Amino acid sequence: MRWHRLNAIARKEVIQIRRDIRSLLLIVAMPLLLMVAFGYGVSFDIKHIPVFVYDREGSQQSQDLLKHFQASEYFRVVQSVTSYSEVVEALDAGWCRVAVVIPSDFSEKLKTAEPVGVQALVDATDNNTANVSVGYSEAVIQSYNRKLQLEWLQSHGQITLQPAVSVDARTWFNEDLESTANIVPGVVAIVMAVIGSFLTSLTIAREWERGTMEQLVSTPVTPLEVMIGKLVPYFVIGLFDTALCAGIGIWWFHVPFRGQWSVFVFSSTLFLTVVLSLGYLISVVAKSQLAASQAALIATFLPAFLLSGFIYPIDQMPAVIQLITHLIPARYFMTISRDVFLKGTSIDLIFDELLALAIFAFLLTFLATRAFHKKLS
Amino acid sequence: MPVRIRAMLIKEFIQVFRDKRSRFLLFGPPVIQMLVFGYAATLEIRHVPTAIIDFDNSQASRDLISRFAASPYFDVRARLNDRRQAGDLIDRGEVIIALQINSGFAQNLYKGQLAHLQAIVDSSNSNSALIAVGYVNQIANRFSENYKTERVQRTAPLMLAQLPRVVLERRPWYNTDLDSQWFFVPGVIGNLVLVMVVTLTAFAVVREREIGTLEQIMVTPIGRWEFILGKTVPFFLIGLLDTVFISLVGTLWFGVPFRGSIGVLALGAVLFILCMLGIGLFISTISATQQQAMVSGFFFTMPAIVFSGFGTPISSMPEVFQWFTYLDPLRYFLDVLRGVYLKGIGLDVLWPQMAAMGVFGFVMLTISVVRFQKSLD
Repeated sequence: MRWHRLNAIARKEVIQIRRDIRSLLLIVAMPLLLMVAFGYGVSFDIKHIPVFVYDREGSQQSQDLLKHFQASEYFRVVQSVTSYSEVVEALDAGWCRVAVVIPSDFSEKLKTAEPVGVQALVDATDNNTANVSVGYSEAVIQSYNRKLQLEWLQSHGQITLQPAVSVDARTWFNEDLESTANIVPGVVAIVMAVIGSFLTSLTIAREWERGTMEQLVSTPVTPLEVMIGKLVPYFVIGLFDTALCAGIGIWWFHVPFRGQWSVFVFSSTLFLTVVLSLGYLISVVAKSQLAASQAALIATFLPAFLLSGFIYPIDQMPAVIQLITHLIPARYFMTISRDVFLKGTSIDLIFDELLALAIFAFLLTFLATRAFHKKLS
Repeated sequence: MPVRIRAMLIKEFIQVFRDKRSRFLLFGPPVIQMLVFGYAATLEIRHVPTAIIDFDNSQASRDLISRFAASPYFDVRARLNDRRQAGDLIDRGEVIIALQINSGFAQNLYKGQLAHLQAIVDSSNSNSALIAVGYVNQIANRFSENYKTERVQRTAPLMLAQLPRVVLERRPWYNTDLDSQWFFVPGVIGNLVLVMVVTLTAFAVVREREIGTLEQIMVTPIGRWEFILGKTVPFFLIGLLDTVFISLVGTLWFGVPFRGSIGVLALGAVLFILCMLGIGLFISTISATQQQAMVSGFFFTMPAIVFSGFGTPISSMPEVFQWFTYLDPLRYFLDVLRGVYLKGIGLDVLWPQMAAMGVFGFVMLTISVVRFQKSLD
């Protein structure tokens, strides 16, 4: 490997990047876009679920129960309707996610101590939200029951003691259960995967498509020099974007950073090397830019988004898919990023993940240079 | 059909279907993505690894713990008698939740006071933590209810029969088993069509510009309109074909029910694809190279997917962003997809969504065509 040849390739690539100022600006702005989209668009704190109520009795007691729903911050009672068909219409059209139906013999049954069924009709197209809504409805009903029974027991001069278990939840690492604290360290990984795949996947494919590859090949540069020279500028951009991401996360979204910067920088560098060489490998193998961009999307962005544990927990996936996730570099960096941000984990606890990334980096570099050789001959 | 349009169309189709690789590009990536999404995307939480610390060791505390052990949501992995050990397990990620019962638990219950159950939760994944804490609360609540009932039964069995009680009857509609595949699969169809049509259209035009064949076409007698039609009709058809193809995978492979009418879905797909053609053309008018097209496309597709309500409900987003979602055509198409698939609703409910997509498509296509004609000058 010769320094001046490597330098020449890198300079050529820098000039090419600089010529296309708009792409460069967009790439630099990418962390902003992803941070805003995921920071604000992905929220698991399900609140203000729109509710329709259909009170078939309209007594004081039934209204009292509905007040419990109104008082909950999880529900937003949008409208009160007077027929069942309106309930169906509202659920069909998506005006509400939950419809509470109180039977016409509500207070009657309460008096005679028959259990009264209050229906919660839930739009379960979104199963997760439905599940959470049912849980919250259950809690509302239970608090109503407690109040009702306490009053009843008191009025009959019975036990007024209320034995109950109270759950004191201490949430570690992300005390306020903020989605953003969970999402932001993940977005860092996503941004790097996107930069790696989107940018580098086109560098070689472009040369083939435009016919400038022959010119490059006729020079004395070696495949490794081409690779390193072409990747260095993107590497710098990637590092810059990573820093920008971390900055936005810490100062705008107030996500705590509890680990050591050195650990974060070191692991970012390693992960960036992996995604860049993967993008490069795709670029060498693919024939056209379109093919390269599609392949990059499938090989890096999609797994980083879906199979890394970013949003969907890995331990809940089918066993086969769980095995596949071990082949996804983003999975390891996702763990590292979250651990370093939220747990402040030291380097010895993430040693396995770092080792996995190092193996990936080595393998991909090897494969990419070999593929390049093959392609030339 | 005019001869020139036909010639243009034939050229485009030849280009798209030319070799094995480009044919694969049309159907391979969508199917792969569909399969990965279908299996990996689940927000359900089951078998949460749990550690138990029971300092009370009474009948009551053991009863409570056995409820956790029996629940499908928790997997009791360790029974400890030291709190530090639990902290250690959480740090290393071996358990997500540690439940601690202090001594005096049974006594407090007996005296009718609050008995505390401490839950230490690793909340670095806020969604899982939130759901897990919800389940802890549910189990603890049921336990207290039972305890209370049993006590009343012992002290005043006649009273129990007279105690008023409200029961929640849960009725999940449309997706009775709360199956997350039923939720995600129709959504993925929308995502995939969006990404496919936008990138294919944008790339097709920009490639001609980048390679320099655009000038060659412009010197032929092919008019601008013929060129535009030639560049959009194939992708319109491919978009439709992809919709059919992916929908078949969704229905036949994942077994998602199709309850509505094919006609309504087809109308929605046509309108949505028109919107995406407009976006794709627009991107091609502002891009000189394929790299620019790819990056600009990403700036549209990413927010469009995140803010469509694809993964998390729109009602949980900050209000400003909720307004923003009205500008997102995917939002409407997802309503159509989920409405037709799961709810089985028709145009009488879905007409506002159709109208919104119609307006968006018309405006976007007009702007793009006007800009496109200018860019050809």
